[in-house]
Amino acid sequence: MNTEATLGQYYQTDSVIHRLDPRVKLVGTLLYMISLFIFNNIFCYAIAAVFLIVVIILCRVPLTHMLKGLRPILILMLFTVIFNIFFTPGEYLWQFGILHISKEGIKTAILILIRLTLLIISASIMTLTTTPNRLTDGLEKLFAPLKLIKVPVHEMAMMMSIALRFIPILMEETDKILKAQTARGAGFDSKKLTTRIKSLIPVIVPLFISAFRRASDLALAMEARCYHGGEGRTKLYPLKYAARDILSYVFMGIYIISLTAVGIINAKISLVNAIADIVSK
Amino acid sequence: MPIITDHLTYVYGAKSKSKKTALDDVSVKIEDGQFIGLIGHTGSGKTTFLQLLAGLIKPFSGTVYLDGEDIFAKDYDMKTLRGKLGIVFQYPEHQLFEETVFKDVCFGPKNLGLDEKEVQLRAYEALKLTGFEDDNFYRSPFELSGGQKRRAAIAGVLAMKPKILILDEPTAGLDPGGKKEILDLVKSLCKNQGITIILVSHSMEDMAEYADRILVMNDAKIVLDGTPTEVFSHYDELKGYGLNVPQVTLAMLQLRECGIPVRTDAITVEQAKKEILRVLR
Repeated sequence: MNTEATLGQYYQTDSVIHRLDPRVKLVGTLLYMISLFIFNNIFCYAIAAVFLIVVIILCRVPLTHMLKGLRPILILMLFTVIFNIFFTPGEYLWQFGILHISKEGIKTAILILIRLTLLIISASIMTLTTTPNRLTDGLEKLFAPLKLIKVPVHEMAMMMSIALRFIPILMEETDKILKAQTARGAGFDSKKLTTRIKSLIPVIVPLFISAFRRASDLALAMEARCYHGGEGRTKLYPLKYAARDILSYVFMGIYIISLTAVGIINAKISLVNAIADIVSK
Repeated sequence: MPIITDHLTYVYGAKSKSKKTALDDVSVKIEDGQFIGLIGHTGSGKTTFLQLLAGLIKPFSGTVYLDGEDIFAKDYDMKTLRGKLGIVFQYPEHQLFEETVFKDVCFGPKNLGLDEKEVQLRAYEALKLTGFEDDNFYRSPFELSGGQKRRAAIAGVLAMKPKILILDEPTAGLDPGGKKEILDLVKSLCKNQGITIILVSHSMEDMAEYADRILVMNDAKIVLDGTPTEVFSHYDELKGYGLNVPQVTLAMLQLRECGIPVRTDAITVEQAKKEILRVLR
């Protein structure tokens, strides 16, 4: 079984970023991602990259570990880049049939590559430095105001943490069932797609049954310990903002302001250039 | 069909920092028709050892010879291994998936590529052998009781007519009656059909009663190997491995401490009775 998939799997170490309140990390990641989508010029990306590099250094997760997690996404990135290079219309540098390479194509491809890399790394830093439990705690607290309009925030957070908790268990279970059926002579490496899908039935049926069995066992165990939803429930470690959390919000504000400033200046310059172009024509 | 393991070693996460040797340089020879008991505390490497014997995982180094053939050689056909060696995992009933018990038992032999008639014959024989009631043949396996499910799952492996049968705690979670039935079945398979048995159990009493030879595992190694009487004479060592000797042996040891000159090599109630009577006379 592939246990080396590291995309976003919590990495245990002690760093400032690890100790931050999960709410800060959630809000920060969200703002960062939005900022990547709003400003799409190379100067803003440079600022974003510097900001991210500082966070990477602070979070003390080895870079190799982080990049290893990027591997599964590599194909997706490659596809996006290739499509953008070959299918963006504009000033053609090279042409063959429907394929063409344009200046604009290369430019968008590079920008998209940078944007995707920054996006994925920023998202994985959040999960690398936050345990799933703290993450759902943070989500629950952030969305708590929605309780006023009767959204079952606590229940949804609980479902999420249980779902996350069950991923490794079900992976282990899958591994076990796969081995048992292999020992009974089942083949999972047939070349024909239909036989291959059919060969999965002996794995999927027991897996579903075991998932349901575990779910009902867990529900019983929770009820036996008087779980009845979020009402009046207190936490062993309630989330409280510390000085470093406030400071992080300040840094985030500085980041957003500087990014906006660069974005506006850049927009103005390109506007001036465009007007100058028209005037000179 | 003797099994020989040659310096068999298995390492989990060989590339990562947190690597763990689950099996360390194990060389052992298992003769035809032996009833082998495998004991060791949780995490001592028993399951890894069994999975290697069944060719379900690839060793880090060393290999397994079955019938003089290297089962991890590139040109070895795993299908022959599946036909020769059956493995019953812990809680085998979790692998049932077909609509009826009979169909489920047919799954293994069908995978061996036998013709329909032979498949059904074998399934019928196997179900009969495990003492499965005829009325239940065409019921869904999910409607059955725990003990019946267990027997159906074991029948699914027996239907492949293995020459070597590996059982990983086949009696876990069964009542004493069901437990004895299964162990008696396994013993009769060994005695009457000459099938080599490798049985994992945590019950020292069962081991004393059924096994011809006991392998004791501790910390990824085989540390004791011999007949039950030999192995259970190493009381202090077994204690150190987190294991024990059968309760009657303990009783005999205590009798001796009290000054009654009994021999302490009795491992079953029957032997103990004889020994005590001998001393009393």
